[in-house]
Amino acid sequence: MIVADRKPLDEILNSIKDCDRIMLAGCGGCVTICFSGGAKAVQLLASQIKIARKKQDRPIEIIEVTPERQCEYEFIDALAEDLKSVDAVLSIACGVGVQAMTERHPDTVTLPGLNTKFMGYPVEHALWDERCAGCGDCVLEWTGGICPIARCAKKLLNGPCGGSADGVCEVDKELPCAWQLIYDRLKKIGKLDNLKKIREPKDWRTSTNAGQRKIKFEEAML
Amino acid sequence: MSEFEPKIVAFCCNFCAFAAADLAGAMRIQYPANVRIIRLPCTGKADALYLMKAFEDGADGVFVAGCMEGECHFLRGNLRAKKRVDYVKKLLREVGINPQRIEMFNLSSAMGGRFAEIVEEMTQRIKELGPVSNDGCKETLET
Repeated sequence: MIVADRKPLDEILNSIKDCDRIMLAGCGGCVTICFSGGAKAVQLLASQIKIARKKQDRPIEIIEVTPERQCEYEFIDALAEDLKSVDAVLSIACGVGVQAMTERHPDTVTLPGLNTKFMGYPVEHALWDERCAGCGDCVLEWTGGICPIARCAKKLLNGPCGGSADGVCEVDKELPCAWQLIYDRLKKIGKLDNLKKIREPKDWRTSTNAGQRKIKFEEAML
Repeated sequence: MSEFEPKIVAFCCNFCAFAAADLAGAMRIQYPANVRIIRLPCTGKADALYLMKAFEDGADGVFVAGCMEGECHFLRGNLRAKKRVDYVKKLLREVGINPQRIEMFNLSSAMGGRFAEIVEEMTQRIKELGPVSNDGCKETLET
């Protein structure tokens, strides 16, 4: 799922400093699960903003909404009526949600309240680790199901590097070396031979290096 | 000018702090009238939003009073409340409100006297801090 983190309150307050009435829009999808943009996060942020603005002697009105998913037009088109009365939308969805709001409601300015971080896995309750970088050319088949693109600091394809010590990455003592994990996993499943093949440099055009990517599923198109 | 009388909201667990407040009354213990008590089935129900709303609606101070640690009727409710109070301290600091205005206390239903002490302590603390509107920019806040 997509994991996002709330922007510092000062940055949010600054972005809405000229507004007297805003819509604070959460999202019922990924950001609800990672606690940063669901209905509860909307209520708490609205409360913080109202208190902060009251202290500045400039009260603000906030319409609180949390569509099922902000990244799909079916769910956000219904907000059109309420949007007529607001100065801006503060969106605490991921970057896709913010852009969907901008695209579907071009007459209203939509501002981001979150920093969208990565596609992650909840290793325990309320703790997410990055697991997929969306490189567009999956290597998990020969790496034993552990991604060196998302989890190795250098994105090495023929690791580990000299910075790996006792299974830990030199970048951060809390960070396991992805290539140590890959080695251990391949050893366990009897596929260490996978490491004998030298991997060619990756073609990054499938990633974000060749412009915006599109996916079309012809059979399902209307 | 008359002395500042703070508005303090107390979120009290039904099984301990609320009963302790009742006991304080039965024991005829005097404590400041600045506290408005809200009874919860457990402090585990003390949602961060309730605590924020209290400040949003003009409270100068808030405290959550639950059972002694390890004695929660619902096992971990008071521990969850403790974490939420810490979280709300962080949210308050962000908006420029002194985090000392909110606190978590633990007591048992037999501690009528302690309840009165807690009310005294909080009232005194908030009186010293002054009205919530006094709190300035966050740089000056204690961490």
